[in-house]
Amino acid sequence: MGSRSSHAAVIPDGDSIRRETGFSQASLLRLHHRFRALDRNKKGYLSRMDLQQIGALAVNPLGDRIIESFFPDGQRVDFPGFVRVLAHFRPVEDEDTETQDPKKPEPLNSRRNKLHYAFQLYDLDRDGKISRHEMLQVLRLMVGVQVTEEQLENIADRTVQEADEDGDGAVSFVEFTKSLEKMDVEQKMSIRILK
Amino acid sequence: MEGAELAGKILSTWLTLVLGFILLPSVFGVSLGISEIYMKILVKTLEWATIRIEKGTPKESILKNSASVGIIQRDESPMEKGLSGLRGRDFELSDVFYFSKKGLEAIVEDEVTQRFSSEELVSWNLLTRTNVNFQYISLRLTMVWVLGVIVRYCVLLPLRVTLAFIGISLLVIGTTLVGQLPDSRQYRPQKGGICVANHTSPIDVLILTTDGCYAMVGQVHGGLMGIIQRAMVKACPHVWFERSEMKDRHLVTKRLKEHIADKKKLPILIFPEGTCINNTSVMMFKKGSFEIGGTIHPVAIKYNPQFGDAFWNSSKYNMVSYLLRMMTSWAIVCDVWYMPPMTREEGEDAVQFANRVKSAIAIQGGLTELPWDGGLKRAKVKDIFKEEQQKNYSKMIVGNGSLS
Repeated sequence: MGSRSSHAAVIPDGDSIRRETGFSQASLLRLHHRFRALDRNKKGYLSRMDLQQIGALAVNPLGDRIIESFFPDGQRVDFPGFVRVLAHFRPVEDEDTETQDPKKPEPLNSRRNKLHYAFQLYDLDRDGKISRHEMLQVLRLMVGVQVTEEQLENIADRTVQEADEDGDGAVSFVEFTKSLEKMDVEQKMSIRILK
Repeated sequence: MEGAELAGKILSTWLTLVLGFILLPSVFGVSLGISEIYMKILVKTLEWATIRIEKGTPKESILKNSASVGIIQRDESPMEKGLSGLRGRDFELSDVFYFSKKGLEAIVEDEVTQRFSSEELVSWNLLTRTNVNFQYISLRLTMVWVLGVIVRYCVLLPLRVTLAFIGISLLVIGTTLVGQLPDSRQYRPQKGGICVANHTSPIDVLILTTDGCYAMVGQVHGGLMGIIQRAMVKACPHVWFERSEMKDRHLVTKRLKEHIADKKKLPILIFPEGTCINNTSVMMFKKGSFEIGGTIHPVAIKYNPQFGDAFWNSSKYNMVSYLLRMMTSWAIVCDVWYMPPMTREEGEDAVQFANRVKSAIAIQGGLTELPWDGGLKRAKVKDIFKEEQQKNYSKMIVGNGSLS
């Protein structure tokens, strides 16, 4: 939405990003446009502050965790990193399941990867397990000061107990997946970009 | 000698033409119909250009009107519906899906950020600056574009620059102004009232002052804008503030109250959004102006983007480059609606009153109404909005007996 047009040539590594994420050329252009709009100081990358400026994201109870998911290592996210996260929310098309080449890595928007994205919103220290303590912390993020510590602990305990199968007091990714097997993940975690 | 004589002759012919055809008629309030003819030709040309573009591009790549459709498919269900998981409303691991989806949607596209950049046009209006997605179509179109550039830079620009210099009033910027609706003139603001309008650019001021005199309230600027501001103060009393001083709301309110109490002073013109928005929406009206009391005269201003984009993106362009863009547009066309005066009702607080006026202006101008603060252009959203969301969510997971 500026006065310059976005050409494919402008996106560095455009082809490899397309192959990795599965976004169409048009979608990628739109996202690049958006990336540049968010990058207010024209740095070429986004910082946490750029994302925090988005009003609708700042009021989201999980806003901080979502922002964090863009910065797996360090303080900056470049365009490929930006698109990689967004690729998790690409709707599952028929073509993805048909042309499954066993040698190629799983597409970023597969059910498993969508679940994994949700999992790591809870897994604060990225150790592959959601401990009761981590569950408590994320819940606290989501409810602010509205709920007492006791109520929150009850909720956290119940949730971990229900999902925990091997009794280690934490929810592993496999247990997480199992407890959500009936959920229509593909539909709930998809954002369709209109052409 | 020859060259100088020739130049002198050209200049004097030029000035005579300008005086004769533009200045004198406008001084006497007579219209020669030149603007109307110009606009007719312009509209025909743009229509032709649109048809050429649509013929030229394949069906799939025609740019949709992104202002209304948006670039992602939205599911606007409220929090409760979106969160319904396997078991009703207790906290679920799957709640994270709803919030992460909403969060990512906001990252891809949010209502506010897009309001601070120029509106995308459905069809190109032959100005390079609005060319977002249009490729080379045909030689004829390019020729028309070249002709357009010549006309805009070599005819319209010198014409407007000349007018700008000639104009004694410091606010003459010199673009063509067309299209004020005459029938709502009965509601023009009177002395002692407060006029509020939605804000898109400093030209709003120009437009309103061609139809009446106002005292202004606004941010002190530097540069060319500052010169104009200081000069205006010499002519009649205005109220200029530092934005940091604005934080002291009592001071502002006091000065404004003093101003309207004096019946001899001109009505005050305030833009309660506090910043320039791109004319597709109206953002939160700051309650300060509505706490003063007095009669509020709302005015809705809507620009027609086809002829030129009037939005001043102050972080992108300074005043002089903004003026240059204005002077090289085709024209500035806007509709101004004066609306019946409103006063604060019994039991209504300033915020509710502000929202009521904002709705009225948005409806009249055909703009979207947004609850967000225009100040988001520069600062982060206030924590109080996040607390509201957290409250809603807490009510759901705790208030439904999930403790047992």
